[in-house]
Amino acid sequence: MIPKSKGSPGTGKVVFKLGDNVSTDAIYPGRFMATVLSSETPQYAFADYQEFNCRLRNQEIPQGSVVAAGSNFGCGSSREQAVSALKGHGLIIIARGFARIFLQNAVNLGLPLYVCPELEAEIGDELKIKSDQVLNTRTHKSYPLEPLPAARGAIIAAGGLIPYTRARLMNNSRHEN
Amino acid sequence: MGMTLVQKILARASGRPSVAVGEVVEPAVDLAMSHENAALVLNQFLEIYKGTGLWPQIWNPSRIAIIFDHRVPAESSKTATNQKKVREFVSQQGIQKFHDIRGDQGGICHQILPENGYVRPGYVVVGTDSHTTTHGALGAFAFGIGATEMASVWALGTVLNVEVPETIKVYVHGQLPKYVTAKDLILHLIGKISAQGANFKVIEFHGDTIRRMPTSGRLVLCNMSVEAGATAGIVPPDDETVAYLRNEAGIKEDIQLIYPDPDASYCDAVDVDASTLLPQLACPHTVDNVVAVREKEGTRIDQIVIGSCTNGRYDDLAAAARILKGKKISPQVRMLVFPASWRIYRRIAREGILDDLVNAGAVIMNPGCGCCLGVHQGALADEDVALSTTNRNFLGRMGNPKSQVFLCSPEVAAASALTGVITDPGRSLTA
Repeated sequence: MIPKSKGSPGTGKVVFKLGDNVSTDAIYPGRFMATVLSSETPQYAFADYQEFNCRLRNQEIPQGSVVAAGSNFGCGSSREQAVSALKGHGLIIIARGFARIFLQNAVNLGLPLYVCPELEAEIGDELKIKSDQVLNTRTHKSYPLEPLPAARGAIIAAGGLIPYTRARLMNNSRHEN
Repeated sequence: MGMTLVQKILARASGRPSVAVGEVVEPAVDLAMSHENAALVLNQFLEIYKGTGLWPQIWNPSRIAIIFDHRVPAESSKTATNQKKVREFVSQQGIQKFHDIRGDQGGICHQILPENGYVRPGYVVVGTDSHTTTHGALGAFAFGIGATEMASVWALGTVLNVEVPETIKVYVHGQLPKYVTAKDLILHLIGKISAQGANFKVIEFHGDTIRRMPTSGRLVLCNMSVEAGATAGIVPPDDETVAYLRNEAGIKEDIQLIYPDPDASYCDAVDVDASTLLPQLACPHTVDNVVAVREKEGTRIDQIVIGSCTNGRYDDLAAAARILKGKKISPQVRMLVFPASWRIYRRIAREGILDDLVNAGAVIMNPGCGCCLGVHQGALADEDVALSTTNRNFLGRMGNPKSQVFLCSPEVAAASALTGVITDPGRSLTA
């Protein structure tokens, strides 16, 4: 999947709503960290939210559904499983803010995420994601999107960090220290 | 305009005379650390090389450190198999800074790096662990990254697209009162600025309290800076830094010191009077839910944990033993001690501290991270309350979402172990 950034429009239904400071322990509990491959991590996405995890595992959540969260989403551990697990279910994350490492991991792996500092949405709402704002079609209210950190653009454009680094390697731009 | 310490480090590592906040740079990496998640890094590293016709070769094996600590000894066949794959890769690539599950050289990565002299002032250190911020205590710019980002570092030797961060200057002055520690200071700061108060920023620590603080305390401050969301915590190096690197880490060669400019520009300044601080407690389920211990005195506890990359150092265990020596832990609680490294384990054994802890009723575990992140050893029962010197109290952090975790210093943990309830050592021990 090509990562979406600000500027990739689409519509998604809110299937899960979370508050501030959702840690990577909540997204992907530490007790599953021995599982590392992106083909295996999705089964443990939001494992401690048993009902939602069950619906994800039963494939009751369509691809392109939205998780709406508060500020500092993905705080805590740098575990990349938290990103690959969500990506495996085709989820889109719209949050009032993200923690640094999670945001970076999401860009690197191509998990679509949007920074929407004033977002108001409830489960079931349809959100229209436009180039610079999110429209809640139920309330007809629009909320501005913040651009992702500028430095991430080139990685998104390349389709993720692996192809980006691969291209750099082929250009022989390895550091000699 | 002058530069902050991290700006100066990034300028040097990017080969520029100066860098400004917001600029995008590609710093050379001096040290790249991973633990068990090297298995995922390895997977991504091989993925990068796929179809290139190039042989997958780490840019410089002498700059890679791999330390097994998260699930040691292996808690599952899956972990054991991943550790085996990493071991084979380490030997194939000639990685020397490898610390396997061994009593003569093992331990938790954030103690192994400092005590072996792998981190120096001015270094750019990256680690596939959010608590990599710990190494800012030695004047390095040290920050956590994901496994794919590390795979890219292994291939290229640089971190791609780093935005030069803003820096918050935290100035701490005054004498810490008895039973008030670096842990209380950082919990107080996190409570003050919130769990996201330093997101995307660096915290630079200054003041006479910091200058008098041993490296063991500075490691605590920088370790937990990430709990305020900080990219990194950093302490400008001084005589104490050099003394630590010479005496503890055994470094013989020249040590270059790099300082912030006096006219550096900071995005924010926070002033803390250490002399007025009380022992602090982070209550469930966020690290910024901080109160004075005395506000929660009497809260029942089921398990006490002393140790981890935050508070498992010699000074921490010695402080706990001073409180527990000759006494008995309450029959209501279980107490687990995780020294941060085997070097520390051997020293507390040699000096009788281990005996003092065990005779009081504590169980000494092998150095490791498993309990703190709820993956290995010391699981909590439903409704259990843990009082822990670790760094996170998120819902489910210690493996059971039906339990609660409070965070505190080793002194508070030890005083509470005697009573079986949350206890302020300043009140219970000096009365």
